[in-house]
Amino acid sequence: MNFPTLVVALLVLSAAGYHLGVRRSLAVSRGNIRQLHSLPSYYGLYTAIWCALPALFLLGIWVFFQDSVVTQLVLAELPESLRNLPENRRNLIVNDIRNFVSGNIVSGEPDPAIRAAADHYRYLQFVAGAAIAVLSVGLAVGGLAVGWRSINPLLRARNRVEQIVKVSLIVCSTIAIFTTIGIVLSVLFESIRFFAAVPATEFLFGLDWSPQTAIRADQVGSSGAFGAVPLFAGTMLISLIAMLVAVPIGLMSAIYLAEYANRRLRSFAKPMLEILAGVPTVVYGFFAALVVAPFIRGIGESVGLNVASESALAAGLVMGIMIIPFVSSLSDDVINAVPQAMRDGAYAMGATRSETIRQVIIPAALPGIVGGILLAVSRAIGETMIVVMAAGLAANLTANPLQAVTTVTVQIVTLLTGDQEFDSPKTLAAFALGLVLFLVTLLLNVIALYVVRKYREQYE
Amino acid sequence: MNNTMAKHDQSRAVLARVQAGLAKRYAAERRFRRMGQGAIILGLSFLLILFASIIYKGYPGFQQTFIKLDVYFDPATTDPDGTGAPESLSKGNYSGLVKNTLRAMFPDVEKRRERRALTGIVSSGAAFQLRDMVLADPALVGSTREVWVPADDDVDVFVKAQVDRTVPEADRRIKDNQMRWLDQLAAQERLEKRFNTAFFTSGDSREPELAGIWGAAVGSFFTLIVTLALSFPIGVATAIYLEEYAPRNKWTDLIEVNINNLAAVPSIVFGLLGLAVFINFFGLPRSAPLVGGLVLTLMTLPTIIIASRAALKSVPPSIREAALGVGSSKMQMILHHVLPLGLPGMLTGTIIGMAQALGETAPLLMIGMVAFIVDIPGGPFDPSTVLPVQIFLWADSPERAFVEKTSAAIMVLLAFLIVMNSLAILLRRRFERRW
Repeated sequence: MNFPTLVVALLVLSAAGYHLGVRRSLAVSRGNIRQLHSLPSYYGLYTAIWCALPALFLLGIWVFFQDSVVTQLVLAELPESLRNLPENRRNLIVNDIRNFVSGNIVSGEPDPAIRAAADHYRYLQFVAGAAIAVLSVGLAVGGLAVGWRSINPLLRARNRVEQIVKVSLIVCSTIAIFTTIGIVLSVLFESIRFFAAVPATEFLFGLDWSPQTAIRADQVGSSGAFGAVPLFAGTMLISLIAMLVAVPIGLMSAIYLAEYANRRLRSFAKPMLEILAGVPTVVYGFFAALVVAPFIRGIGESVGLNVASESALAAGLVMGIMIIPFVSSLSDDVINAVPQAMRDGAYAMGATRSETIRQVIIPAALPGIVGGILLAVSRAIGETMIVVMAAGLAANLTANPLQAVTTVTVQIVTLLTGDQEFDSPKTLAAFALGLVLFLVTLLLNVIALYVVRKYREQYE
Repeated sequence: MNNTMAKHDQSRAVLARVQAGLAKRYAAERRFRRMGQGAIILGLSFLLILFASIIYKGYPGFQQTFIKLDVYFDPATTDPDGTGAPESLSKGNYSGLVKNTLRAMFPDVEKRRERRALTGIVSSGAAFQLRDMVLADPALVGSTREVWVPADDDVDVFVKAQVDRTVPEADRRIKDNQMRWLDQLAAQERLEKRFNTAFFTSGDSREPELAGIWGAAVGSFFTLIVTLALSFPIGVATAIYLEEYAPRNKWTDLIEVNINNLAAVPSIVFGLLGLAVFINFFGLPRSAPLVGGLVLTLMTLPTIIIASRAALKSVPPSIREAALGVGSSKMQMILHHVLPLGLPGMLTGTIIGMAQALGETAPLLMIGMVAFIVDIPGGPFDPSTVLPVQIFLWADSPERAFVEKTSAAIMVLLAFLIVMNSLAILLRRRFERRW
């Protein structure tokens, strides 16, 4: 029996458990339902949980470990000559066996030993499948019986059920923590392996980035230099261009919408600008690569400038367009949060609207605006698709926006797509870059959230 | 007397200075105002340019040029064994059939090179189309039929764009002789632009005229199903716990800080997590919608949690107190009264989260959903791509005809997103209650 059918079978069993539990509770109340501590449906749920929860738990653990245990058992049965091979050769053999089992084409002539191992594997898989089917169904039936027997009018079924629901709510809410831990651990472990091969100082301060490492020892032209400064510089250049576009436009449109615009314009322009935030980034990337970059190149050539076809300017410009709504909606919120009394005070002193805005509202809203801009910067740094499609791959260390630069995210994507060995410094470098990216954006977010929260408290 | 005069003079001087400055201040006011208007106009025009350029580039992608061929289903080529059995029919030389048909239509073409150019005007998919026709109806063998077959992508671009014919031949994809043949075909009304159904029904292909988005759409569907099935219950459960149960302590603070931070972590970092944890550690299959769904679940959870918490917050305390007052337990109060009232808001947040997930590309590149996959995925374990990744792949392809396909696929994606977001807005309007 395979996994999905087993789950369905367990669910059917627990539905039966619900039904039996309700019947049993009515039976033990001897027709007088008020004798029961809880409503009958809670007795049903209680039985159903007894039936399903332990069995599903066992099933989950089993599925998680089955593969590795079966592989270990098969390996232990392999002939001596194959068992004592080095780690990577042995993994190849395991792969071959697995391919053989699933009926795929196997590389090379199938070894009789491998064929035997595959048969063994198949047999073990069958045994494991049968065992878990019997075990989990048995556990479910057993749980059902326990639940069913324990039903009596004094059983506090509602409290028990609610307790379990509450525990599952708590478990769900910890997923956010586990996600963060998962991110940190996954990038950290691979980064540590990377820094064992490449010193951290070279990574952080080296000026040369060419991650092509030699696959064979005698290969030419693949030095493998991992100095990430050009990537950081490129990321900052593109983010700077993006912010130069997004901050003035976003801030000014937020000010206009909050302070000048009438209701109709506001109710039209605000959602329209927010559409920009909903457009997928891959669309922006396409737009940057096929519309904006040739346009900039054309303009540059008409005034005699040499513009790269993957210029930083094009990517930055389009990224700026993408970020406009972030800046404008965050600024809009903080501008609206400035108390009306401050505006009224300024008007009463005879200030014009723009003077009020520039000298009263903006200073009062500044922390919030800065927080919003920091969030926008972190988004610009982490943005991937626009730069993958519109920025270059070559790591130039330049401040000229008309040249091609590459960014941290572009390199992560290029290093990790396609087939590679997973333990070469080349792929591990992607995780080190990911670690830097995560830390920088985390820092920016923490500062931004802190600033915004601090500011909100001021006027509440 | 003197004193009041002096005061009067003084105030007049002040007034004069104020008046003098006033014009300047009003000018500054107008300038500021115009800057604001300019910013809005600029923002909206960016939006307009974006959509206009994509629609302009993409609408031809929904059409495809077809060429009418008079195909004689020669028994010698279609049925090599002469048995008429499906095995024999499927062995037939159908690309030879296409070649022969074209040669029969243009008998004056003799040089080898020219002949190759001639076969080049018809898509390589034509042979498969003829084979499928014969397999579906073996009686065709030996007969002559008019068949509309898709034109090659270069021909398609040429016909649609009305390419400038004065460009030197070496710079054109369509050569002079091909142009002549196409003109002949057009004169015989054998050239036609039709609605491109293959674009909506087939999977990816190296040939632009055969490539379609159906495979990617199905992949997106499976990915979103996984995402929805996981993120909605988990998100709502988290929101209920944090909003209704959680005591104010360090733990709760930690969870909240984590959720807020995850909402701002770059999406590509989630891709790294998916690669390291789901694929390398748990050994889940690469390129599978299951893994894509898991990664996108982690990504959309913060959105759903934040929206659900807002929805729960908006349910007034009187409802809770009334429920508790008639003797329900806290869990009953939440599940029977608060949750149903907050559900529309939660659904709105979930739809918006799903729309984000549908448009997301970067993390899926990390978990190998960029492979070139022709087959339509049959379930969440099959390798597949999703719509945005398909757009990315096509945008990278060198063939010119892929530009319009890419834009057309973007239009389809945007249409989905617009539908989802309108649904969210509709839901909010319909069920929003002010207490």
